[in-house]
Amino acid sequence: MLDRRELVRQLLIDRGDLLVVSGLGSATYDTAAAGDHPLNFYLWGAMGGTAMIGLGLALAQPERRVAVLTGDGDMLMGLGSLATIGVKQPNNLAIVVLDNAHYGETGMQASHTHSGIDLVAVALACRFKHARAMSRIEEAAAVRKLLHTGEGPILVNARISEEDVPRVLPIRDGHAIKQRFIEAVHSA
Amino acid sequence: MHTPTDIKPSWPDAIYGQFRRVGVRQVGYVPDAGHSRLIQLCQTDNTIADVVLTTEEEGVGLVAGAALGGQRAALLMQSSGVGNCINMFSLLRNCGFGCVVLVTMRGEFGEFNPWQVPMGAITDDVLKLAGFLTYRIDDADAVDDIVGAGCDMAFDGNLQVAILLSQRLIGRKQWTR
Repeated sequence: MLDRRELVRQLLIDRGDLLVVSGLGSATYDTAAAGDHPLNFYLWGAMGGTAMIGLGLALAQPERRVAVLTGDGDMLMGLGSLATIGVKQPNNLAIVVLDNAHYGETGMQASHTHSGIDLVAVALACRFKHARAMSRIEEAAAVRKLLHTGEGPILVNARISEEDVPRVLPIRDGHAIKQRFIEAVHSA
Repeated sequence: MHTPTDIKPSWPDAIYGQFRRVGVRQVGYVPDAGHSRLIQLCQTDNTIADVVLTTEEEGVGLVAGAALGGQRAALLMQSSGVGNCINMFSLLRNCGFGCVVLVTMRGEFGEFNPWQVPMGAITDDVLKLAGFLTYRIDDADAVDDIVGAGCDMAFDGNLQVAILLSQRLIGRKQWTR
């Protein structure tokens, strides 16, 4: 199983102007740990909404690539958004689910993926162009390439270790995160 | 099967005109009889991305994402949909995303279905508690003015504005077999 920090670090190497939206909790900490960046929109709440923020952003910036990095709990709460994304077929949107099959923020209770609910199959049923699972770090380079050049919508379900890692806390002021992101989008 | 009869009022055209004036580029909605004409107008406009949602709270994320990418977005929903959005509205409030929500009211004037009443009766209060400025419209002649003012406040001031289109304005839902 994958080390979440090492996976996200490798996915964000030489990211260029990749636009990143990170889901609340550990996905936001992983994204911050890979290096703070003005083109990171860190969520600290809005559970279930991460993929839809990615869709709005992908539609608004069709020439850029958008990567949503989030956990299995957030993705399960927004499962309907996969159908909504499937209708719009944004070719510049990729979602990476950091799936440890547990709710890390609330004490590691089992999530639905722990019972075998298959997010890759859901994405395929929702007409995603690419949907795949990954469980080995050797696949990271191929997935990173998919984020930058693959035809979307894309979903990658990354089976990560349940191991707890230290929290890396980025800025929390929502207005500041938003403003920094918008300024970076318009100056990049 | 029950189907609502066609509703062909002119006020949706006024809302659409304001969307064009302020440059709304994305519109999120769950299919709705009251909004059907406005939805059609948005669908046929190739400058507007129409995004059909499975639940209204998806639209809140859409608005935030659009704003991050430099576009203005509006949401169309029924009063029942407001209840689906409450926690997600904190995203708009917490980051200061300008947003216009057009709410077709159910559960009030002449409502046939009592199951619509509990949410319809608290929609305005819920929106206010969630940080929205709310404006209610009963008269078709007021739509252009109020929607225009609401759009300007939302997008020029990064405020959350909800415009409640009363059931009296929309017309009673007609049920036919």
